[in-house]
Amino acid sequence: MAVNVISPGLSTTVQDLGRPGYYHLGIPISGGMDRYALRAANMLVGNDEGAAVLEAVFLGPELEFTAATTVAVTGGDLPPRLNGTEMPGWEAFPVKAGDRLTFGYLKGGARTCIAVSGGIDVPVTLGSRSTYTLGALGGHEGRALKAGDWLPMGVGKPAKGMVPHNLRRGPGNPAELRMLPGLYWHRITAEAGKRFFADTWKVAPEADRIGYRFRGGTALDFVPREPPFGAGSNPSNIVDACYPYGSVQVPGGTEPIVLHRDAVSGGGYMMLGCVISADMDLIGQLQPHAPARFVEVTMDQALAARADRQAALARVRAHLGR
Amino acid sequence: MSIRFSFGGDEHIFAEVSEEMSLEAFFTSLSMTNAVKAAGIKGVTEICPANASFQIKFDPDAIKPGDLLRELQSMEGAASKSDATLKTRIMEIPVLYQDPWTHETLMRFRERHQDPNSTDIEYAARINDYATVDDFIAAHSGQPWFVSMVGFVAGLPFLYQMVERKRQIQVPKYLRPRTDTPKLTVGYGGCFSCIYSVRGAGGYQMFGVTPMPIYDPTQQVSYLQDEMCFFRPGDIVKWKPVSRDEYDAAIEAVEGNRYEPVIRPAEFSLAAFNKDMAGTNAKLMEVLHGR
Repeated sequence: MAVNVISPGLSTTVQDLGRPGYYHLGIPISGGMDRYALRAANMLVGNDEGAAVLEAVFLGPELEFTAATTVAVTGGDLPPRLNGTEMPGWEAFPVKAGDRLTFGYLKGGARTCIAVSGGIDVPVTLGSRSTYTLGALGGHEGRALKAGDWLPMGVGKPAKGMVPHNLRRGPGNPAELRMLPGLYWHRITAEAGKRFFADTWKVAPEADRIGYRFRGGTALDFVPREPPFGAGSNPSNIVDACYPYGSVQVPGGTEPIVLHRDAVSGGGYMMLGCVISADMDLIGQLQPHAPARFVEVTMDQALAARADRQAALARVRAHLGR
Repeated sequence: MSIRFSFGGDEHIFAEVSEEMSLEAFFTSLSMTNAVKAAGIKGVTEICPANASFQIKFDPDAIKPGDLLRELQSMEGAASKSDATLKTRIMEIPVLYQDPWTHETLMRFRERHQDPNSTDIEYAARINDYATVDDFIAAHSGQPWFVSMVGFVAGLPFLYQMVERKRQIQVPKYLRPRTDTPKLTVGYGGCFSCIYSVRGAGGYQMFGVTPMPIYDPTQQVSYLQDEMCFFRPGDIVKWKPVSRDEYDAAIEAVEGNRYEPVIRPAEFSLAAFNKDMAGTNAKLMEVLHGR
């Protein structure tokens, strides 16, 4: 029972819901960049929602199955093809031993979850099967897949169903990333803060599982200060501190970087606040050059948005009878 | 010292003990994070101490953000009054200063550096008013360091030297970060030394390399079989300058999985240290060398 990797795509990794508990050692949570899509894919194939899937970015892999199983493809719109025949996304379909799964060109979003019934059964490392490539940890040999890899599958059960269109989610145009200002927000002028939220930014080519860089907005004006001892002389420097997931750092005041699931756990750049938990999945679906805006919200709005996402997930569960 | 708390989105509370680095700020951060750990607060999922700050990750479905904030604020008084003593470890880390690998790398990225005409360590020695690189190495390796934070990437220690502020070495980071840094590079940025646990991007000045692995995701290295990351916040480190021959011998031992780092249990009191830094450090050296 295995998946043979014929070609790996651009950067396909094994991911589940991640590896909490080691951030204080610099080991980030990792896991699916779009957790909603990951949970939905697992539900479709009858798995626990946190089972390990393959996460492909921009370009799909080519896979061969050595045994019959059920497959579902969710998240970014990479059209799956089974032995050359296009299959629907967000819907479970059976595969037989010897079948080949390929993908068409990306039509929307950025990252696609490929779930198999029983899950991708790589060894559990520090409580998770997720790949953290920078630390060569977890997943399949701590790295993105290569041609010739052989991935064991768990034992699943037949499943079927689809996630209706109104329960699928992708970023708008421009994407609106809700953000709670805070952390070192006081380091920039009120005028710079207003412009930060008013500007439309574009995803830079430097966008990966560690973080997403944005450009095209106005450089920040800082409130003048004497550099604190140990911080460094640039106005964007702080004494090296922890970086929250979703935190928006602005090195040199020019290009914001939003840290994601493979975040560096700390460093010496001021942060303006955090993208809220409800919108982290959206970032994982942004392509380079995609336009995006940061939208200021309060904690109450962040918690309401979080509840909305949980309600959407509950509707998927109800729809699929899970 | 009053802690500044701020929410990091709906899942983190960020706490800045002090804007500037000091051992007092580090100890407050450590005692606060230890207190949060001991309190076993429902909904707290990650507790991360840093140099002069700390961060708590929480599940807002299990605890209201405002409730957690109030709970943390109620601990502040006790933490700042707590006797800053630590049962910890002291360890010796061999360093080959001015090694060929960081030299090759720094030459590749010269246009990103403040002074393209000298090496990182020559530049650091000069701007810190040391007459020679050897004097600078003597200062860097002469007095011990606290691991004041572990992070950035897996297992990377930030180290803060245990000397008075006027003796602290300070250097800027590269003008633009490098895209490459050799694994186990001993680096420097701001007032912090570090060891790059993995190869990758970096902005710290590069002074040398250690032969001693400090992160092993495969947990094969004999002393990393229980914990894949070697360092913990609060560890005390003494750099030991080594020659190329000693470095090569250490690498041979590492490759044969026979390398044994020098580690001793140690106790540290901030009050005693502030009263007599040289005396405290001298005693720590006696502990390290088993005298």
